[in-house]
Amino acid sequence: MIELKDIHKTYERNGVSNAALKGVSLRAEKGDIYGVIGYSGAGKSTLIRLINYLEKPTKGQVIVDGVPLDSYSDKELRSVKKKIGMIFQHFNLLESKTVFDNIAIPLVLLKKSKKEIKERVTELLQFIGLSDKAKSYPKELSGGQKQRVGIARALASNPSILLCDEATSALDPQTTQSILALLKKINEEYDITIVIITHEMAVIQQICNKVAVMEDGRIIEQGDVLSVFGNPEHPTTQNFVRTVIHNTVPGSVLHSLQAETKGRVFKLEFIGDSASKPIISGLIRNYDVQVNILFANMTEIQATTLGNMIIQLNGSDEVIDQAVAFLAGEVQLIEEVDRV
Amino acid sequence: MIDTVITSEQLVRAINETLRMVGFSLLFGALLGIPIGILLVITRPGGLVENATLYRILNPVINIVRSLPFIILLVAILPFTRLIVHTSIGTSAAIVPLVLYVAPYIGRLVENSLLEVNPGIMEAAKAMGATPLQVIWYFMLPEAFGSLILTMTTATIGLIGATAMAGTVGGGGLGDLAISYGYQRFDTFTIIVTVILLVIFVQGIQSLGNVLARKARRE
Repeated sequence: MIELKDIHKTYERNGVSNAALKGVSLRAEKGDIYGVIGYSGAGKSTLIRLINYLEKPTKGQVIVDGVPLDSYSDKELRSVKKKIGMIFQHFNLLESKTVFDNIAIPLVLLKKSKKEIKERVTELLQFIGLSDKAKSYPKELSGGQKQRVGIARALASNPSILLCDEATSALDPQTTQSILALLKKINEEYDITIVIITHEMAVIQQICNKVAVMEDGRIIEQGDVLSVFGNPEHPTTQNFVRTVIHNTVPGSVLHSLQAETKGRVFKLEFIGDSASKPIISGLIRNYDVQVNILFANMTEIQATTLGNMIIQLNGSDEVIDQAVAFLAGEVQLIEEVDRV
Repeated sequence: MIDTVITSEQLVRAINETLRMVGFSLLFGALLGIPIGILLVITRPGGLVENATLYRILNPVINIVRSLPFIILLVAILPFTRLIVHTSIGTSAAIVPLVLYVAPYIGRLVENSLLEVNPGIMEAAKAMGATPLQVIWYFMLPEAFGSLILTMTTATIGLIGATAMAGTVGGGGLGDLAISYGYQRFDTFTIIVTVILLVIFVQGIQSLGNVLARKARRE
């Protein structure tokens, strides 16, 4: 369990103070994959470094597994850090050491025996699928392989929390997929709480169950990924959501709509079960309206389907109102779209 | 026959003296200089164990020692030399100022090498909960190893240059041979031989350093 309580972080440089975080609170439960998304400079990399106290808050408290980090001595803090793994955008592997020795480092720091180290590292190498690279040096690996080694190194000391600092930002889309799948597997098999910071909404969409959207040192929206994706309120959140869910009417459709004055246009939103029900067919059968689907899109988040549809209804106003009332009972959200 | 005033025994002795001076001062210089370099890196503002007082003392002291030309340092510290090796003449007497000359130099070079270590690696080390000593031993030094080899190579070559002035305190060596015979007694052959030997030394050490550094960096 990770809890940030009203965190402020201010950097002082040459007498100029710069507030990186301005009152941030969040809570990740055990087993969560918590995503923090924001543009560069939003304060997200400061935020993730607070969780393992690489950065100390100017004000506020960081609580990990029920204990505030500021109550620990330096020595105690070092052993707490051993229970929090971290992976990085640029991997930060030791170029001078082999893959095996890189993964072994946290165990060497824990003064484990040679035999124990060999067993654990061999097991981890197998888990990340790089058993044949034990004797290679990081220079000989691809980006995705390096991140796998970074993950194995972070897991070596059996942490309960894994922090991912833009872990996929330097990787191509396909490699990103495989790394995300690996993180998901870690979360499920070892019940490790994962905190991910990213600027890619696709990362949040694919593996996170909770999300916080950051802007200018503040969290502007947070909650279950599904509810944030389904109903983004802040314009920045809407921008992020739009990168993975296309819910705007395409220009060509809009153009033809403007030419035509007949009918009324509605935007529908489906979540979960309602996405798989035959709603449109029910609509046509029961109401004397012509239905014209202008745009439709389905996205899967957290094994739940999120659908968007824009339809044009033609018919008398009275019937359309009835039809809308029917739809309102079936779908998550219905709103009339202005055609200007 | 070759026209020269020096004997081959003299030449061999000079080579021996140079090697002895370079070897010993490198050893002691490194023993002092490497910790100095580490201290400079870890005590600096934002360093691993930030210590403004220590850094503010160490930094200018090193600059002061380094701003003295070796020939001046050599004579300026003669009383100190006498205290350490109980003599102010000879090869041993030359080693004391050589160490004092090279240690801060090595310190600065080591500092530069260590500062080049990827800050991300230092961050990873801290995130793993490594103690400052563990960060130095398991992360900083191995990552800077290739660069440190080149550092020691540069220091060695600097030392060879400085030993040439050791003749002033009767330290002998190739430089002394070249000055007292080649220059002062107009023996061109001695000049040529010592120059060639010094060039071979420097080239050899540089090449060795490059090879070792490349190996350490897995290139």
